[in-house]
Amino acid sequence: MTNHWRDIKNADVIMINGANPAEAHPVGFQWFMKAKLDPTKGPGSGGGAKLIHADPRFSRTSAVSDMYLRIRTGTDVAYFGGLINYVIQNNKYHDEYVKNYTNASFIINKDYKFKDGLFSGYDAKKRTYAVETWAYDNEPGPDKYAKRDESLKDPHCVFQLIKNHYSRYTPEMVQTITGIPKEDFLKVAQIVGEMGRPDKVMTIVYAVGLTHHTTGSQLIRSAAVLQLLLGNIGRPGGGMNAERGHANIQGNTDNAISWEILPGYLKVPLPGQKTIEDYVKVSASKRLLGISWNFFGTNYKKFIVSLLKTWYGDSANKSNDFAFSYLPKPAGNSSWMTIYDQALQGKMEGVMLSGMTAASIGPDSNQVLTALSKLKWLAVMDPFPTTSSEFWHASGLNPADVQTEVFMLPTTHWIEKDGSFVNSGRWMQWKDQVIPPVGDSRHDHWIVAELFHRVKALYQKDGGKFPDPIVHLTMDYKDPLKPSLDEIAREVNGKDLKTGKRLATFAKLMDDGTTTSGNWIYVGSYPEKGNMAKRRKGVQDPAKNDPTGMGFYPEWAWTWPLNRRILYNRASADMSGKPWDPKRAGIAWNGSKWVGDVPDYPPKMNPKDPKAWLPFTMNGEGVARLFASSMLDGPIPEHYEPVESPVKNALHPDMSASPTAFLYDKAAKRENRFGTPDEYPIIATTYRLTEHEHYVTQQVPHLVQLQPEPFVEIPTALANERGVKTGDMVRVRSKRGKIEVRAVVTNRVGQLDLGGKKVYQVGIPIHWGYVGIAAEMHPEKSKFWMANNLTPFVGDANSRTPEFKAFLVQIEKLA
Amino acid sequence: MATVTRRGFLSLAGIGTAGVLVGSELGFDLAQATQIKQQLRIAGATEAHSVCPYCAVGCSIIAYTRKAADGSVKVLQIEGDPDSPVNEGRLCPKGATAMQLATSDRRVEQPLYRAPGATAWQKMSWDDMLDKLAHRIKDSRDRTFVATDKKGNLVNRTDGIAFAGGATFSNEEGYLAAKVMRSLGLVYLEQQARV
Ligand code: SF4
Repeated sequence: MTNHWRDIKNADVIMINGANPAEAHPVGFQWFMKAKLDPTKGPGSGGGAKLIHADPRFSRTSAVSDMYLRIRTGTDVAYFGGLINYVIQNNKYHDEYVKNYTNASFIINKDYKFKDGLFSGYDAKKRTYAVETWAYDNEPGPDKYAKRDESLKDPHCVFQLIKNHYSRYTPEMVQTITGIPKEDFLKVAQIVGEMGRPDKVMTIVYAVGLTHHTTGSQLIRSAAVLQLLLGNIGRPGGGMNAERGHANIQGNTDNAISWEILPGYLKVPLPGQKTIEDYVKVSASKRLLGISWNFFGTNYKKFIVSLLKTWYGDSANKSNDFAFSYLPKPAGNSSWMTIYDQALQGKMEGVMLSGMTAASIGPDSNQVLTALSKLKWLAVMDPFPTTSSEFWHASGLNPADVQTEVFMLPTTHWIEKDGSFVNSGRWMQWKDQVIPPVGDSRHDHWIVAELFHRVKALYQKDGGKFPDPIVHLTMDYKDPLKPSLDEIAREVNGKDLKTGKRLATFAKLMDDGTTTSGNWIYVGSYPEKGNMAKRRKGVQDPAKNDPTGMGFYPEWAWTWPLNRRILYNRASADMSGKPWDPKRAGIAWNGSKWVGDVPDYPPKMNPKDPKAWLPFTMNGEGVARLFASSMLDGPIPEHYEPVESPVKNALHPDMSASPTAFLYDKAAKRENRFGTPDEYPIIATTYRLTEHEHYVTQQVPHLVQLQPEPFVEIPTALANERGVKTGDMVRVRSKRGKIEVRAVVTNRVGQLDLGGKKVYQVGIPIHWGYVGIAAEMHPEKSKFWMANNLTPFVGDANSRTPEFKAFLVQIEKLA
Repeated sequence: MATVTRRGFLSLAGIGTAGVLVGSELGFDLAQATQIKQQLRIAGATEAHSVCPYCAVGCSIIAYTRKAADGSVKVLQIEGDPDSPVNEGRLCPKGATAMQLATSDRRVEQPLYRAPGATAWQKMSWDDMLDKLAHRIKDSRDRTFVATDKKGNLVNRTDGIAFAGGATFSNEEGYLAAKVMRSLGLVYLEQQARV
């Protein structure tokens, strides 16, 4: 989230796409309802914020929304594109913001083109783009600053390219692609258009319903482009707000249990980068305008050197380039599906899973099970048995044939250890250890620490391949086999090696090896004055604890970076430092300093100074990107069909699905596992229920009682066609597998009219499998309960996120 | 951890006797009765702060525990923390049943090992388990380690091991896992952000 849960109450309009917060994030949803019930909020003269929910399924979120739009799953780029077109054509955008705070005025290379569904630079064989023609045009001179046209009239400026690109997204086109009736779409467009006024603000909230597509990254970018045109990024009540699914998924992204980054979103080093200098040159953004601070790019080296210093201590010094060679450089994408793809190819020997079950998560669980059975060993660290620890006796596998050695390491649960969780709004909240570990279970971090020490001892005794990063890794904990999370929190914060004191801000980090920090965005979370994540000044005294009244509660826990509650908040004020809406100030210039939230700007920089930095201080441009050449599948979001779709792309039928989606099976020359609409005519999507959290809640009796069995939600008309009633057992099959579950016939999922073609969508909750209380009660039935038996093994070009949310199935009634 | 004294209703209920109940005008005050029942349940309990283990709303919870005579600690109750600006005391069905997760009797309580081709688990000591697994890690690392790639670039990576997890790791655990795994040369690192 750029903003945070409580901030949603500040919005005038709340657009919800690919999310169902009333059911999936119920307690966060109270802030949506507060906005709705607040008579000072909303478009026009008040009357409460408007909720607009676009979703394939009418859920409890839709029930309290002012507008519900039944959208075909995976078509949100067309919806947002239509809104972008409306906002531009009707001059509803926030002119001053667009001119000064986005790259609208930047001139793009004259050879940039978009034609017949392809951007310039496409290589059909590799299914990738060469991006040279997507670059900015430079001013002459050594700095290579970007060329701009502040009138926004140059045909090659970003604004004109965007305007032209989305002119194809007419309300009629939106209807044909998404299934949203033109009249409904126009009603929404009108409400959204008003949000370009400086005194109005809209937030866009999304979840995995937007990310789980082969166009996932562009789905989100299309929403962000709309928000930038309306001037809604950086403002209280605005922003792009991803509702994340798990307690600390945010924190563990920050800490980079993710192949492509190092802690603090530093890029992972790549082959060919011999030195830190090489690495920084490729990874850090360059200053593209004289008044762009380019904070991240400028300080990149300090962050990587401080990280290496933290990890390798005295073994990282100037003479060995701070042990840069210790960092592994991946050959290519190494994300979730790639792991199992490599296992299928016999290249992966061992997998360690912690609190995460590959078999249920999928996609294409049957293929994942095959992959697991090709491993030499699998280690599962979990408090409960999982579908992965038990995979070797899953249906379709004969245990005697499965040669994978399986280790089940019982771990402690969240309440048996302390440490922090970072919520979706980046609030880092410390939790106590409440009870001691049950039985002989152990903390995950003690298991990791002890395993590491045993491996290290083996290298010290027997030698082996490149032991240096292992033998030199710092483990400066009181008991290196049992580090405390408090010690680790202090290490993450970092310190000044000359004084030994912990730092309060990343501005103090150095690139000469005199500072440490395990994650630069967490500097200040644990300074000398103590653990900020433990702070508890909350709503027990709002007058005192929320001085601005905006809901920041600056002394409740801690937020990265630097306790800033709203990212990019310099953009909440105009060029002169006056808040766009004084009633909802993010930060404001008071004549001598910035006040309000912790400013995303030098605290004393006078905005009236002609040399004052541009507002988006992290970017090389100094402004936000409507046009982004860093995307692998195009600089402007374009609608592509899901890989399995019942219709051709109405914009360019010959380039229907994403030309850059990564097709794992094809690339590895495995058999095709995609179905066609003649065999599988029904669109399916997966979703989550209030009463379950992925798979672990299959171990919680109350929750299993509340939602005991899996089901498929089928629209009434389709159910009538197939003679299916609620409670009947049905088989749902895709090209990849099947599930056998009960039918729930509802009008919540429905049929869509796509320019004369009728299609049905069904919904399948993901929470069941062959492990847990319900499975024990139904050992036979539960063999075919995993929703991800159905989902396709294909990924978005940028993030390789699987397409869990749009695929094709067939449904039959079981006798 | 702090001993319960702070919260307003408790000090009110602290004088809770039958006398208070009949003292109310209707002769029976349900709110107070509830408070008193709560008070009896958690009297003398230790109050600890935690966060719901499920979704990323990050609802704060208060857990009450009591130490038994034999030294064991029992969770008495888990409820929403009214002070939190995130949830203001509210919890959804998942958070509200977090106690069942905390006190579950369905846990795996000791290490289990399944040999290749075996049809059942066997119990194993931590020492044997960690020893075996450390050998697997070293062997796989040594077998699949790439020091220099085909183009001659120094890459120092382990291609044959993957680590995935951590959506309910504490932040600090996740950091340690990333630090250790990268240093073992792993490039296949993943968690639940994509899936
Ligand atoms: S109580 Fe519910 S809404 Fe709150 S964090 Fe837990 S799962 Fe999320």
